[in-house]
Amino acid sequence: MTPAKKPKLAVWKFSSCDGCQLSLLDCEDELLALAGEVEIAYFLEASRATVKGPYDLSLVEGSVTTADDVERIRRVRQMSRKLVTIGACATAGGIQALKNFADVGDFISIVYATPEYVSTLATSTPISAHVPVDFELHGCPIDKRQLLEVMTSFLHGRRPQISSTSVCTECKRRGTVCVMVAHGTPCLGPVTHAGCGALCPAYDRGCYGCFGPMETPNTPSLTRQLHVLGMGDRGVERVFRTFNVEAFEEARRDG
Amino acid sequence: MIGPEALDDLVAALKGRGFRVLGPTVRDGAIVYDDLESAGELPIGWTDRQEPGSYRLDRRDDEARFGYAVGPHSWKQFLFPARISFWQARRVDEGGFEVREPPPEGAPFAFIGVRSCELHGIAIQDRVFLEGRHVDRDYEARRRDAFLVAVNCFEPGGTCFCVSMGTGPKAEAGYDLALTEILDGEHRFLVQVGSERGAEVLRDLPRRDAETLDLQAAGAAVEGAAARMGRSLDTTDLRDLLARNLEHERWDEVASRCLTCGNCTMVCPTCFCTSIEDHTSLAGDEAERVRLWDSCYSVDHSYIHGGSVRPSGRSRYRQWLTHKFGTWHDQFGTSGCIGCGRCITWCPVGIDVTEELAAIRATEEVSDAND
Ligand code: SF4
Ligand code: SF4
Ligand code: SF4
Repeated sequence: MTPAKKPKLAVWKFSSCDGCQLSLLDCEDELLALAGEVEIAYFLEASRATVKGPYDLSLVEGSVTTADDVERIRRVRQMSRKLVTIGACATAGGIQALKNFADVGDFISIVYATPEYVSTLATSTPISAHVPVDFELHGCPIDKRQLLEVMTSFLHGRRPQISSTSVCTECKRRGTVCVMVAHGTPCLGPVTHAGCGALCPAYDRGCYGCFGPMETPNTPSLTRQLHVLGMGDRGVERVFRTFNVEAFEEARRDG
Repeated sequence: MIGPEALDDLVAALKGRGFRVLGPTVRDGAIVYDDLESAGELPIGWTDRQEPGSYRLDRRDDEARFGYAVGPHSWKQFLFPARISFWQARRVDEGGFEVREPPPEGAPFAFIGVRSCELHGIAIQDRVFLEGRHVDRDYEARRRDAFLVAVNCFEPGGTCFCVSMGTGPKAEAGYDLALTEILDGEHRFLVQVGSERGAEVLRDLPRRDAETLDLQAAGAAVEGAAARMGRSLDTTDLRDLLARNLEHERWDEVASRCLTCGNCTMVCPTCFCTSIEDHTSLAGDEAERVRLWDSCYSVDHSYIHGGSVRPSGRSRYRQWLTHKFGTWHDQFGTSGCIGCGRCITWCPVGIDVTEELAAIRATEEVSDAND
């Protein structure tokens, strides 16, 4: 085999907390292998040295919240052969999409000392609302094994093996005792997208829905059960309105 | 007859013969199956209260070792684990691969506290994995030498219906040893021998011969359990009833409650569906094929070229119920249900198969008239 040119990887940040990029840096053992397989051409979180596009694979973290973001994501798309969005912000608008349900002007005037310096759109939207996306990797933050699986699959030209069933599937495979049935602890696992390996129930807590809605979320049925477990209407609103607020709101509207 | 302290000798005798001894123990608010170092780790003096969608531990006012029903785990955890590696491959030179098949880990197992319904569950999986045209090598290796210590039930759970399914509460066959716990009078266990290996292990335990009174007390304990089933199911003609009612309106009603989360299939001791995943290393020089528990509730489970055959929750719930109680008969010659009640207890929204089947039976004429 003739040594092929290494594919170029770029990592972009939009409105986000950087947690998903940290998941990539957290792949300590695999980072060397990754550097052997790809040219890390643009990854400001890791290095200021950058290489010009086009890029073979772009990972995009963060949501679109400014007019500048709208322009920038189009340029990123043009420079990228494959574009994968990572994390709740990029795939669902993130926790900042809470502003979609309120008047952004009110928020700005309460939070910032000099509101006139703030230039923002009225909404926080996922990347897929602006440009075509090749794959969406969910999670807040994403799971590093899943990120490696996605990068590996794109490198080798196959489909990522990422299941969109419930967190319960992973919870049961792990042998965890169900916190909802055995302890009466409210849990979003039955309507939440797998991927974390059912982390929270393994530590005796209900699922917070970090990975957004699973493939066919029956939120009305789970909501009835949350009420049975003693959660009031406000409590239900709050558990669904976190990192994936837009995606869960959509599921609840459709349900 | 043996006393409660002889259970320690039983664990030791099995360990001494090289078995990995597994049995019920309390963990995270439930009675699960896990490694036992000694019989002291059994749920002594514990019981459970089970209802659709709810499970709680409770104290008993005695020192019973087996005074509870089945919990969230089943022996499938060990005989048919949630994840196994089929093979691993490594590129050795250009175009060549070296393939390694890791042997099953942990076997041989000794299971203590196998309930009658669970013996039936294991027999059903034996039929699925060992008696077809294609023997499942991994299951075969785990199952072959497994030593089963059965326990006759005297405290059935709120979701049990083994009497309706003809699978309990008394262990009839398929065990090496069977225990009946007697709490009436002196705390003791009647031991029945089911195999040569069982007889040989029993010889290691301090024991005395059973007397008529012991046999009567043991019989009464099991009869008491049969009379206190949490649930019942009319199984008359069930296979055809379901086949006649594939468009029953009850499927829509249950679909409005079903979360399609798959919990019922994961806890069911007979459910056997899996998916296969292939993984590669970043450099592409290593690959692994793994098998994972899957469920007919996942959209991908029925994915065939171009889309899923069962996109709706209604079609997925119906697939599960009609297979378990209906077409399983065509495929394997028995029902797929052993009446253990796990799917009822561990469904987060408490969907009860006995209630769903009864509802279809009760309203069949109505739906016929509508056809
Ligand atoms: S603890 Fe939560 S995620 Fe786990 S099985 Fe129960 S409901 Fe599902
Ligand atoms: S269908 Fe339900 S009751 Fe029947 S064997 Fe499976 S888990 Fe037990
Ligand atoms: S019946 Fe219950 S456990 Fe089974 S998929 Fe539906 S909601 Fe989940």
